Amino acid sequence: MALLAVKNIKKNFGKNEVLRDVSFTLERGQVLAIIGSSGSGKTTLLRCLNFLETADSGSILVDGEPVFDAGAAYTDAQIREKRLKFGLVFQSFNLFPQYNVMENLTLAPKLALGKKKLPAAEKKAAMAEIEHKAEELLNRVGLSDRRDAYPCQLSGGQQQRVAIARALVLKPEILCFDEPTSALDPELTGEVLRVIKGLKGEDRTMIVVTHEMEFAKNVADKVIFMADGVIEEVGTPEEIFEHPKSEKTKTFLSNSLEKLY
Amino acid sequence: MGFWEVTLSLLDGLEQTCLIFALTLVLALPLGLVISFGSMSKFKPLAYITKIFVWIIRGVPLMLQVIIVFYVPGFLMGAPLFSRFGSVIAAFVINYACYFSEIYRGGIESIAKGQYEAGQVLGMTKTQILFKVVLMQVVKRILAPMSNEVITLVKDTALARVIMIVEIIQAAQNFAAYGLIWPLFYTAVFYLIFVGLLSLLFGYFEKKLDYYKA
Ligand SMILES: Nc1ncnc2c1ncn2[C@@H]1O[C@H](COP(=O)(O)OP(=O)(O)OP(=O)(O)O)[C@@H](O)[C@H]1O
Ligand SMILES: [Mg+2]
Repeated sequence: MALLAVKNIKKNFGKNEVLRDVSFTLERGQVLAIIGSSGSGKTTLLRCLNFLETADSGSILVDGEPVFDAGAAYTDAQIREKRLKFGLVFQSFNLFPQYNVMENLTLAPKLALGKKKLPAAEKKAAMAEIEHKAEELLNRVGLSDRRDAYPCQLSGGQQQRVAIARALVLKPEILCFDEPTSALDPELTGEVLRVIKGLKGEDRTMIVVTHEMEFAKNVADKVIFMADGVIEEVGTPEEIFEHPKSEKTKTFLSNSLEKLY
Repeated sequence: MGFWEVTLSLLDGLEQTCLIFALTLVLALPLGLVISFGSMSKFKPLAYITKIFVWIIRGVPLMLQVIIVFYVPGFLMGAPLFSRFGSVIAAFVINYACYFSEIYRGGIESIAKGQYEAGQVLGMTKTQILFKVVLMQVVKRILAPMSNEVITLVKDTALARVIMIVEIIQAAQNFAAYGLIWPLFYTAVFYLIFVGLLSLLFGYFEKKLDYYKA
């Protein structure tokens, strides 16, 4: 069974139909790249998965279990619980400026732990566990030596790597990236893309919205091309990049190549 | 009438000045927050009413507001609603709360949407986001405009004498009846010290929050 099943998602902003019946599935451990021109609804799709927008109709299942159904009403607490199945890395990092790197990673899990009623000793152990996990992830993204730095003291690439670690501390089932490198100087995109690539495998399921076609080609297991709020074409990187069927896909790909050269 | 006698009398006036200052601050700081929430409310009628209220309070001279609070209830109901001191505090608190509310609103609205969304995506509650993510950033941003407003308040306390509160300026002016003008100029020394101390305090806070940029 697919880890993620998105069924018939529709989303309007007023009269603007941004998502018009989007359905897809994703297997555990796979990387899905979503490409498409500006305004095609890629960000909106990720935001629906992360409960930052509420889809007007459709449903979302994780591991066969429904996490979202447009017909149902959810309380804030339910949404908080369900959205933790997903993680989101923003285009503009959105680190908390007043906290250092380590605090950025541990703030949310520690607050969540603080709300739980646990014996003091257990709580202490869990706190230590969070710290440990955060250290480990900082190491993964190559920033152990910057644990006490504040976001304003880091480069964009470093900030984005911290944001990735911050999302991973909460152990999401599916980690989403919304154009993780498009706010970065070209010479900094490599370090971030390498980190994302390094996360592949180990059962980590990821959705990456990106304009980096090379990256999508090399890292993704599955590629979705979106146009005007629908999935115009879906397939393996090979199918999409080498043998696109749809005219729209072909035009988009040749345009994005033109931009490169 | 010697220097010491004048000084003692001015210190009496200063006590009133400080009392008006402190009470206004303590009450207007939280009230301003309530008003700012009103003006940012998603419930449009409340937002409009609040905005009109703020417009009126900021548009009418504070001196006039003090007079209105003290005399108008008396005219309408035959008896004054507030004591002299009570009227001053009521007028000052409402007036300053409106100014503070606009500073708060500016501060809160200047926080990027992404900060809230990052908190949400990390599973934080609305209250946690407000207190753990947004509040500190707002405080940092409003510190400079707040220090301006607070320093203005120190000197606005002199308006209380329009309804015969003997704050420091009035205390000095009382000597004019004896042909003494210099006490009036002497009050400047007290204001300067007062404002100097406040500036140091705000400078200290600013430094404390200087460890990050945002
Ligand atoms: N909050 C909103 N309110 C109204 N319209 C919105 C909102 N968010 C997005 N839209 C509209 O939805 C459409 C799709 O936007 P979206 O951001 O999902 O596109 P995108 O594929 O991510 O584009 P890009 O590549 O530029 O990031 C656009 O027409 C946009 O104007
Ligand atoms: Mg987008």
